[in-house]
Amino acid sequence: MGGGVNAAARLARPASALLAPVLLIAAWQAAISLGLADGGIWASPAAVVRAAREAVAEGDLAGDLLASLQRDLAGLALGIPLGLATGLALGLSRAAGRLFNPSLTAIRQVALFSWVPVISVWLGNDEPAKIAFIAFAVFFPVMLATQQGVRGVDPKYLEVAVILNMRPSQTLRAIILPAALPAALSGIHLALIYGWLATIGAEYLFSAGPGIGSELMTARAQFRMDQVIVGMLLIAGIGMMFTQAAGAAERRLLRARGLA
Amino acid sequence: MNVAVMEQALPPAPRVSARRPAVLEMRDVGKKFSAGAGAFAALSGFDLTVAPGAFVAIVGASGCGKSTLLRLIAGLDKPDEGAIWLDHAPVRGPGLDRGLIFQEHRLMPWLTVEQNIALALKNAPVPRASQNALIAEHLALVGLEGFARAYPRQLSGGMAQRAAIARGLVTRPEILLLDEPFGALDALTRVRLQDELQRIWLAEGITMVLVTHDVEEAVFLADEVIVMTPRPGRISLRTRIDLPHPRHRADPRLHQHKTDILAALGLAI
Repeated sequence: MGGGVNAAARLARPASALLAPVLLIAAWQAAISLGLADGGIWASPAAVVRAAREAVAEGDLAGDLLASLQRDLAGLALGIPLGLATGLALGLSRAAGRLFNPSLTAIRQVALFSWVPVISVWLGNDEPAKIAFIAFAVFFPVMLATQQGVRGVDPKYLEVAVILNMRPSQTLRAIILPAALPAALSGIHLALIYGWLATIGAEYLFSAGPGIGSELMTARAQFRMDQVIVGMLLIAGIGMMFTQAAGAAERRLLRARGLA
Repeated sequence: MNVAVMEQALPPAPRVSARRPAVLEMRDVGKKFSAGAGAFAALSGFDLTVAPGAFVAIVGASGCGKSTLLRLIAGLDKPDEGAIWLDHAPVRGPGLDRGLIFQEHRLMPWLTVEQNIALALKNAPVPRASQNALIAEHLALVGLEGFARAYPRQLSGGMAQRAAIARGLVTRPEILLLDEPFGALDALTRVRLQDELQRIWLAEGITMVLVTHDVEEAVFLADEVIVMTPRPGRISLRTRIDLPHPRHRADPRLHQHKTDILAALGLAI
């Protein structure tokens, strides 16, 4: 019932979502075309499209994008497993939790970007520093979510494990890990978002090199606002893709495990 | 006369599992819990003997210690006084010789029915080769043949509780402990599962101890009904229900027992 209405609603949703940006871009273009705004500072949509075409043609953009994505992945590959392992350990062992949680909470209070000077002194201004910064940004959401997931396992299930004489390793694999999976996945989901933010941040703050964030800073220095906006759009697009892909993967995994 | 009915009800096909019902003995069992400043006795001076293959029901209001009693037999808690023996061996902790069914099914939502039942066999002395046959046999026993691959959320409450009973029985325990197993089900499903439980008990010849607040359920299923009163949890009445199985709900003699037990609980009709 109401299939037609649903289909129409599904089509109408992206259409209405696009309405505001389209109007904004039109107004923006009109303002510059009519001479109401300075096209140098407020790069016109037409100029942005031109800059995007140029960048694609020169192939710089692809190289920068690849460099940023590699950096992001390296940070994720380091930070996510560390977060999972630490979260699991702190969730399983009350003693470990008591020992380390206060310190970790304190460390977390120090704003992420205030670590930049320290990291640059310890690890320099190059790739290792950037990757460490990304890994650091990614570590906390994964660690916290995993720890909460492990702590939150319903004691009723653990009682079943006791009744069934299950060994600790069996309980871990058959009950604790699957029960904590949804929480850990939502932590990883957050990590993908934080990781990309941290990648761009790292490229702003540590010395230059290939990367979409560095490219953006260079464009700004050259007063190429059209290129700056192309970079911003690209960063937003990649971020959205990460979020969408993570959400889809999460839903699939949970459904395959009978949890959704 | 129970034995005669039991033999009749046993299926003729050769079974993978053979059960040996156990005798359960409890002597002067007491259990205290700390509450605020002091401690209160959940259970005190509790004596009970359950013959092999018997069905005993324990009824009482909330807080009379009946769930504590089952947890002690299951080995989840330790008594402060007295002792519990299963087949003359003292109970020291949980073991696969005792199955426990909770009010909630407690199936793992991330495992299929089959995998949930297999969980119970992880440390059971059952050769790997016969595990699948054993699981299939128990799925059939509880009437869930077609649902081996279903996830718990795809089952109704009654079906999930049947799967939990299959998990409780698959390790071939000597005694099955049931802690208000049908308390969370709707009235119709509850009646149907009571019939099922009677059939399973007759077919399996296993010792069962049922804790319930449903007097009708107790007199319908049990050979002996034990009425408990709270603070401290003590036995206030033991009644034998000497009626053959399978029983019929409409039996007027059941009604008489029910009236007596309700009176013992202070609820005269």
